[in-house]
Amino acid sequence: MANTEALLGLVEKLRGENAAWVSDVREALGEVTVFVPGDSISAVCEYLKHSEGFDLLADICGADLGPEEDPRFEVNYHLFSTIHFNRLRLKVLLSEDAPNVRTVTNVWKTADWHERETFDMFGVVFEGHPDLRRILLPSDFDGHALRKDYPLRGYEPYSMN
Amino acid sequence: MGLENTLFESLPDVLTVRLDAVVNWARKSSLWPATFGLACCAIEMMNTVSSRHDLSRFGAETFRASPRQADVMIVSGRVSRKMAPVLRRIYDQMPEPKWVISMGACATSGGVFDNYAIVQGVDKIVPVDIYVPGCPPRPEMLVHAIMMLQDKIMRESVKDRRDTFEPESRVSVVPGTLPVTEGTALEKETEIEVAQHQVSRPYTIPSRHERRKSS
Repeated sequence: MANTEALLGLVEKLRGENAAWVSDVREALGEVTVFVPGDSISAVCEYLKHSEGFDLLADICGADLGPEEDPRFEVNYHLFSTIHFNRLRLKVLLSEDAPNVRTVTNVWKTADWHERETFDMFGVVFEGHPDLRRILLPSDFDGHALRKDYPLRGYEPYSMN
Repeated sequence: MGLENTLFESLPDVLTVRLDAVVNWARKSSLWPATFGLACCAIEMMNTVSSRHDLSRFGAETFRASPRQADVMIVSGRVSRKMAPVLRRIYDQMPEPKWVISMGACATSGGVFDNYAIVQGVDKIVPVDIYVPGCPPRPEMLVHAIMMLQDKIMRESVKDRRDTFEPESRVSVVPGTLPVTEGTALEKETEIEVAQHQVSRPYTIPSRHERRKSS
């Protein structure tokens, strides 16, 4: 589709700006995914928003690849451009010992709550986030619920009686 | 047509009745529910009060937004662990006599959501009088539940429903109950520190539920 050509051209432009920004590109089913190393995600997002017109951050979500994988966590950023009508996905791979990544709330304000959800469910810590606390689970909840080694039914049944 | 024209002519001036009968008749005929629609069952509750299956016929004339003015709490929908202390607090704020109808499969037993986030049955939080199964229950089922509750009320005694002051409900000793300062700057640092001290548990510890299922 013509869209992916434009997006792949965009990825080349990104590589041209700074070769360290793009560690891998994947294209499948009409969608383009760019793998970005964790330290440069903030710079990449600023560039994409201000120079390439990706003004809408549609979603930030995390993924847990399992406790035996080496970059255990992924953080996916889904960007949409309301000017050119393209979508782009950025992926950051994080290992289990240091699941920290810079926040992008200074670029898109909506990242605030999406990053809180990713922290709540996976334990990925976003450095520089203005208010990183649990958003969906109760604040005294123990554990991160969408990790692969968290049991479905949780640890203790809830009872007030 | 009115009672004045037909019946009251033949009755004496003074009637002697059992106190229980009169008080319970008054209570069952004006059960005002407190709105506690949480999820999809709330839509069926709305259907029950709208014109086709009119719940006002049975005395549930208004759904009071304030629990202080309500008699029955219809818990309709799944109760998450985060919502549970709020539910308990609303229940505690209702004055006696109060009843609870647990509407739908999620409120009765957790429903399809057998997981870490949903309380497996609202009777783990508040004492329930009538359980209504269904996902969601038909409005006629909720009407039947109200009628069943009315029968239950008629069988009670006035002495059962004394307004007792429970000191425990004032003090937050139950786990997860939210104090008023919840979520303010006082707690911010603690949460991140808690997250950083998380010990990841090994794969092999099953939860209590899973151990029970496999036996």
